[in-house]
Amino acid sequence: MHKLLNDSPGDKIMLLGNEAIARGAVEAGVAFATTYPGTPSSEISLNLFQMSQESDLYFEYSTNEKVALEVAAAAANSGLRTFCMMKHVGLNVAADPLMTLAYVGVTAGMVILTADDPAMFSSQNEQDNRYYAKFGGFPMLEPSSVAEVKEMMKDAFELSESLGQPVLLRTTTRINHSNAFVTFGDIKKPDIQGRFIRDPHRCVTVPTVSRGLHVKLLEKLEKAGQLAESSGFNFVQGSGKFGIITNGVSFHYVEDGIKDLGIEDKTSVLRMGFSNPLPGKMIKAFLKGCDKVLVIEEGEPFMEEAVKAFAQEEGIVIPINGKSKELFSRLFEYDPAMVREKIANYFDIEYTPAPKMDITDIPEIPIRPPNLCSGCSHRATFYEVKKAAKEMDMDIICPTDIGCYTLGFLPPLSMGDFVICMGSSVSSSCGFSKATDQKVVSFIGDSTFFHSGITGLVNAVFNNHNFTLVILENDITAMTGHQPHPGVDMMRHGFDTHGRINIEKIVRALGVEHVSVVKPFKVKKSIDIIKQALEFKGVSVVISQEPCALYAKGLKLLKPKAFMVSDQCTDHKDCINTIACPSFYVEDGRVNIDADTCVGCAVCAQICPENAIRPLKK
Amino acid sequence: METIRLIIVAVGGQGNLLASKVLGEAALISGVPVRMSEIHGMAQRGGVVESAIVFGDAKSSIISDGEADILLGFEPAETLRAINRCNKKTMVITNTATLMPFTVAIGRGIYPDVENVKELLRAKTAGLVSLDAMKLAKEAGSPMSVNIVLLGALIQTGVLGFSKENVIEAIRRRTKPAFLEKNLHAFELGMKAAQLS
Ligand code: SF4
Repeated sequence: MHKLLNDSPGDKIMLLGNEAIARGAVEAGVAFATTYPGTPSSEISLNLFQMSQESDLYFEYSTNEKVALEVAAAAANSGLRTFCMMKHVGLNVAADPLMTLAYVGVTAGMVILTADDPAMFSSQNEQDNRYYAKFGGFPMLEPSSVAEVKEMMKDAFELSESLGQPVLLRTTTRINHSNAFVTFGDIKKPDIQGRFIRDPHRCVTVPTVSRGLHVKLLEKLEKAGQLAESSGFNFVQGSGKFGIITNGVSFHYVEDGIKDLGIEDKTSVLRMGFSNPLPGKMIKAFLKGCDKVLVIEEGEPFMEEAVKAFAQEEGIVIPINGKSKELFSRLFEYDPAMVREKIANYFDIEYTPAPKMDITDIPEIPIRPPNLCSGCSHRATFYEVKKAAKEMDMDIICPTDIGCYTLGFLPPLSMGDFVICMGSSVSSSCGFSKATDQKVVSFIGDSTFFHSGITGLVNAVFNNHNFTLVILENDITAMTGHQPHPGVDMMRHGFDTHGRINIEKIVRALGVEHVSVVKPFKVKKSIDIIKQALEFKGVSVVISQEPCALYAKGLKLLKPKAFMVSDQCTDHKDCINTIACPSFYVEDGRVNIDADTCVGCAVCAQICPENAIRPLKK
Repeated sequence: METIRLIIVAVGGQGNLLASKVLGEAALISGVPVRMSEIHGMAQRGGVVESAIVFGDAKSSIISDGEADILLGFEPAETLRAINRCNKKTMVITNTATLMPFTVAIGRGIYPDVENVKELLRAKTAGLVSLDAMKLAKEAGSPMSVNIVLLGALIQTGVLGFSKENVIEAIRRRTKPAFLEKNLHAFELGMKAAQLS
């Protein structure tokens, strides 16, 4: 049995934040869940996917976040408790349905989880998605700890049902990727049979209907605001004239800081956990009891600006601060020592921070950036495109996309010149090819192609653009931990319940005139085919097919057969300098291959001009 | 209880997340509150992986620079890279077996001399325990047990206050039964090495 389906309430186990969220959904009786995977949210869906195979839960990996939210919106309007989760930038993709779903609402509890990533551990930006709650009109909950988020999930469903409105649950990486002990509660048996009751004056958003719905939305928000005033997630801790208003993980840094500074008896802390709409009355009452207030929130001054406005309404003239040069930044994440120091400075508490470690005499340590795995087919494809362009004397621009292959931008491959979001490789190629006279060759993974690459390709064919798109088809969503996508053979995973979409057929059906397929581990042949694609005037597509090495190893589809470097090596190090496979190492000036990690893709063996790299004979 | 802050740094694939889980379990068995946070975005792609483990009453689950009480490094250059997480009172435990970053192979950096690494760590902190955990793991029967060897060394220092029995029980609960014997052997070897160090 899946560990999160354990039906012994009271058991205490260590869970990752994302596991606690999945468990919270199960305890809440969730019946329907959709997602598109994205770090730091991915383990939530992974666990729900696994549990759906052993329980009544319906779970799907949808094509992208917009699709996931629309699928979920229908379920939540058919009376099923529904959970839709994604990373913060995923909510941008889903923003279109989001904004109008706010008008329509739901007939059963619906929670939309956004996993924000302050400091960008694995994201392209650090946008603060609390503004979506305000922008769209959603009640929002924000947990401070792993144990709290499990409980909050249950309250989020209740809250959503009581208002008929989806609830936004906003986490940050430090919740998703922290571990703590969590006590299991009761599992509510989900209602799994939905029924849609026609209600066109709520569900068909033509202008006349929507005008009425906007009025209703404001009414719901007013009611939500009243609920926020009495919510147990908004509370005051301690008492004293120093006021701190805080949310999320910062709350715990504040608690530790106050204790370390010994100002527990002078400080009141207002923790906001139900943070949209903000409880105005509660905040005003809090301000009245303080001489000075500090707002501590990672990201944007979401609460700070509101708190200042509440003070103005009430004519309260105490200092209220948060983001400023001397205090807190809008950048990155906070940490306990930083919060302690700012509190001390702001409230004039005597405090000498510990002296910083002197590291001036520490030698420079070589960086250890992540690298494509040994035997990763992307490395071969990048090498081949680079080589083909070089032999044709082409100066190429390489828009790339989001996935493991983004790492191809690092030297020595250096293939990747522009990336802003999922799918942007294809559409930005359209722009580059018109705006410049440079040759454009772009890269996109298979999962990303389904997510949002297809529309760009339609645009390219229709508007008659001129570039080569390389689709890296490795049969899985690799980067986020190997989730399936619409091109994956689900039979391989033991499911006979899914369809499968063939990328080559889609590309041909879209009217791309020059389509070719390469097997990237056949180096010479691939280069020849790529050259033909580069020569073509118009849209050409190269599909590079080879399963993700890490995944194939896991499934035992790939049986590693290591290679070795023979005496014939004359030490020019072409292999290392061009493809940078992590299995290479240099010992006493000579190139070697680590037999434990080499999977035997043989790309280096085909590149070596001396034919010095050979299969290792055991 | 007094708060103890432990940082573990490793290279992706060295098994530090499992080591953290074992320590978490040992804390549960010993009745010590614990919170951990991990950064494992691109771990499988050979990058650096860091876990922060906070034992005791503090509420935060991350550790600021200069505030680690113990630094446990699975790779010497990574241990040294994390020196800014330490202060003069920090206890450092490091593996001395190196894993060359790829940037060294392609000539974009020079790997520091391990003896020099040890000297620097010793000079800047309260004490250093160093051991070749790879060698000991192989001796125990599996190079995969590097993490458990290092756990042994950590427990031997006594800084966490966990009994050996409790940690062995945690290893039992958290690691694969097929590896249990090798892991227990690795744990003993790690403890012994730390005692001699
Ligand atoms: S996980 Fe797969 S796709 Fe990603 S770098 Fe490794 S082999 Fe390549």
